[in-house]
Amino acid sequence: MTTQEGLSRRDMLKAGATLTLGSVGLAIARPSQAMPATMKEAIAEVTGLAEIKRGRVKLDIPPLVENGNTVPCTVSVESPMTAEDHVKAIHVFSEKNPQPNVISVHLGPRAGRAVVSTRIRLADTQTVMAIAEMSDGSFWSDRLDVLITLGACLEDS
Amino acid sequence: MARPLINVPATAKRGEVVAIRTLISHPMESGFRHTSTGERIARDIVTGFVATYNGEEIFRATLFPAIAANPFITFHTVATESGTIEFRWTGDNGYSANEQAKITVV
Repeated sequence: MTTQEGLSRRDMLKAGATLTLGSVGLAIARPSQAMPATMKEAIAEVTGLAEIKRGRVKLDIPPLVENGNTVPCTVSVESPMTAEDHVKAIHVFSEKNPQPNVISVHLGPRAGRAVVSTRIRLADTQTVMAIAEMSDGSFWSDRLDVLITLGACLEDS
Repeated sequence: MARPLINVPATAKRGEVVAIRTLISHPMESGFRHTSTGERIARDIVTGFVATYNGEEIFRATLFPAIAANPFITFHTVATESGTIEFRWTGDNGYSANEQAKITVV
C-alpha cells in the first residue's frame, strides 16, 4: 500500500521506530543534573550536617520502568543488625517528584535484616536516592538513575 | 473498608529472621492531581504504619504521596517468641486500620 506522497506504510513505521530509538538514546545521554534545592533540604532535615558516605546501602529499582505509578523499590543495607551496630532508619528521596520525600522507615536490632521493599511513584525519569542512618550516627547512601516511560500522573484524575 | 493483607509465616524457629509482607487497599490520592476543571484533588494518603510484636515496636514507616496506591511494605523481624504481631495504619481524614497475625515460635 502506497500513500499519495509515495511513502509506504512500512517506511512510515521504520521512520517512527528510528525516532523512538533516537529519543531513548538522548534520554540516556542526558548529563546528570545537580540535585534540586527541595531535595537537598529534605535530606538535610534527616541527616543534619553529617557527612553522607556512599556504600553499604543498595537501592534496587528496575532501570527501565514502563509505568511510574507503581515502581517496585527495595533498599538493603549491609549491617549485622546487633544491639551495638544496626540500621536505625532508611529514607528514600526522589529528585523530580513534586515532593522529594518518598518513605522513611525506622527499624532496630529486632529487624534481623535491614531489607525493606515497597512500591513507589515516580513522576519522571530521574535519580532516586536512599540514605541509611546507622546506630553509630553515620549516614550511608546509594543513588540510582531510573528511566520512566510513562510518569505517575499529576494532572488528570 | 477492605481488609489488609498480611503475610507472616505461621511458625518459625527461635531466632530466625522472617519476612513480613503487608498490603492495604487505599487510593493514596497524592494531592498533586487536578480535575478536568482545574481544581486540585485534596490529599488523602496513608501517612503512618507501625508494627508491634507482643506490644513492642519492631518497625515504623512514614509514608509520603510518592508511595503507590495500595501501599505494599515488606520488612523483616527476628522471631523471638510466640505471640501476636499487630499492624496499624493511620492516614489523612482520620484514616485508621488494624490487623494482626499470630506467629508460633518453636
